[in-house]
Amino acid sequence: MLIGKKSDIASSEITPKSLWLDRRRFITGAAALGIGVAFPRQDANAAALKFTKSALSTKGEVLTPQKDVTGYNNFYEFGTDKSDPAAYAGAMKTRPWTVEISGEVKRPMTLGIEDILKLAPIEERIYRHRCVEAWSMVVPWNGFSLSALINRVEPTSKAKFVEFTTLADSKTMPGLLFPYVDWPYREGLRMDEAMHPLTTLAVGLYGETLENQNGAPLRLVVPWKYGFKGAKSIVRIRFLERQPATAWNTANPSEFGFYSNVNPEVDHPRWTQAKERRIGDFFRRPTLMFNGYGDQVASLYRGMDLKAFF
Amino acid sequence: MLPAADLLRRLFTGDLGADPVETLIRTTGDWAIKLLVAGLLLTPLTRIARNPLPVRFRRMIGLYAFFYVCIHLTLYLAVDQGFVLHAIVKDILKRPYITFGMMAFLLLLPLAITSTKKMVARLGPKRWRQLHRAVYIAASFGVVHYYLLVKADITWPLIYGTILTAALGWRMWQAMPLHKTIRAGA
Repeated sequence: MLIGKKSDIASSEITPKSLWLDRRRFITGAAALGIGVAFPRQDANAAALKFTKSALSTKGEVLTPQKDVTGYNNFYEFGTDKSDPAAYAGAMKTRPWTVEISGEVKRPMTLGIEDILKLAPIEERIYRHRCVEAWSMVVPWNGFSLSALINRVEPTSKAKFVEFTTLADSKTMPGLLFPYVDWPYREGLRMDEAMHPLTTLAVGLYGETLENQNGAPLRLVVPWKYGFKGAKSIVRIRFLERQPATAWNTANPSEFGFYSNVNPEVDHPRWTQAKERRIGDFFRRPTLMFNGYGDQVASLYRGMDLKAFF
Repeated sequence: MLPAADLLRRLFTGDLGADPVETLIRTTGDWAIKLLVAGLLLTPLTRIARNPLPVRFRRMIGLYAFFYVCIHLTLYLAVDQGFVLHAIVKDILKRPYITFGMMAFLLLLPLAITSTKKMVARLGPKRWRQLHRAVYIAASFGVVHYYLLVKADITWPLIYGTILTAALGWRMWQAMPLHKTIRAGA
């Protein structure tokens, strides 16, 4: 059943070429790497998706306009301005695409994106999305529970954690030159977090396959954690015995924890997490514990000191 | 005034991006530090180029910087904090980047007030100069404020900090007895 909306692709907010080049010149003193042109979106990414509505969707929230969801992004591989990913991620090749699944599993495998799209029925999952920078959106993701993929590979009893690795292609990602994080971008979840029904492998949003700037062709969505836990453009999934190193936690362990559950009572060292700006709102609003998903996930952390394990 | 006019235009055409308030706060802050740092380069420029023109713009640029600082601060107080005093005080005490920002503003305030010719006369040129040296501290606090709030990309705080250090360094070098001796000798 095709419920998808008609494509509403607004013009991308393109960082002026001169501005992008100037920034680089200061730092490297060398000529810019020829990345000055805003790449056009690959039309392959705008394919419509068939999906059904999910019972797991969050009710009572106003959806963030698609142009904001696809135009205001953090994807530092393409630059640190919010408009950089939309301007530059078009260079990323998302076909062919494979995901290597290995580690403590009985059936390690390498899946092509075409196989992944068929793993489970695709649903529309409307979730709140809360960035650690204290802004938030409401996104109608398209995907299915990560557990569908996990069950396929049959993790052994040794698998306590799941690690996700993002593509790191120096040919198309200028941000790799800068050590914002230790590339490639890695994230991780505890096994029970990964198996939770809310945890989603997203292949689209607003009824269309993901744009590159949103992490095409597949990305992780963990709605009760800060947005950076949702690794984009996944190329590798490993099942591990020990807690994996994650990008932001390694870059700044005092500021970004492994768990990074949305928690208004645990401030970021430099700014408060008690309030957030919902994109589209003028004033800030109070942040909800576990981003409002406490009913479904609080039990995962019973007895855990959320200030120590932030 | 052009940046402010541009922001106003973008406000009305809805061209401020997904988070307009954040864009406004960031852009006004950015222009404030840009103008502040640019203003500090005027005297060195005048002396090095031996051209009296640049330094004549110093007061105007300084006051425009203060203008953007005021908008920047007002947006934070009004929109982010809804003018709730205890929340603001808590922020100033608990968030170092806000502490530095607030201190920078408080240092700039007397400088803005004493920027007129009448004030120069009332204070006398020597006292006025001593007071206005505080602009270096204010600008430094502004850079620290910026540095403390970026997540990972310290590019621009570092750039402004470097230019600021160069400007201050030049001033200190000018004031050094060794330099004066060399000048007298030449």
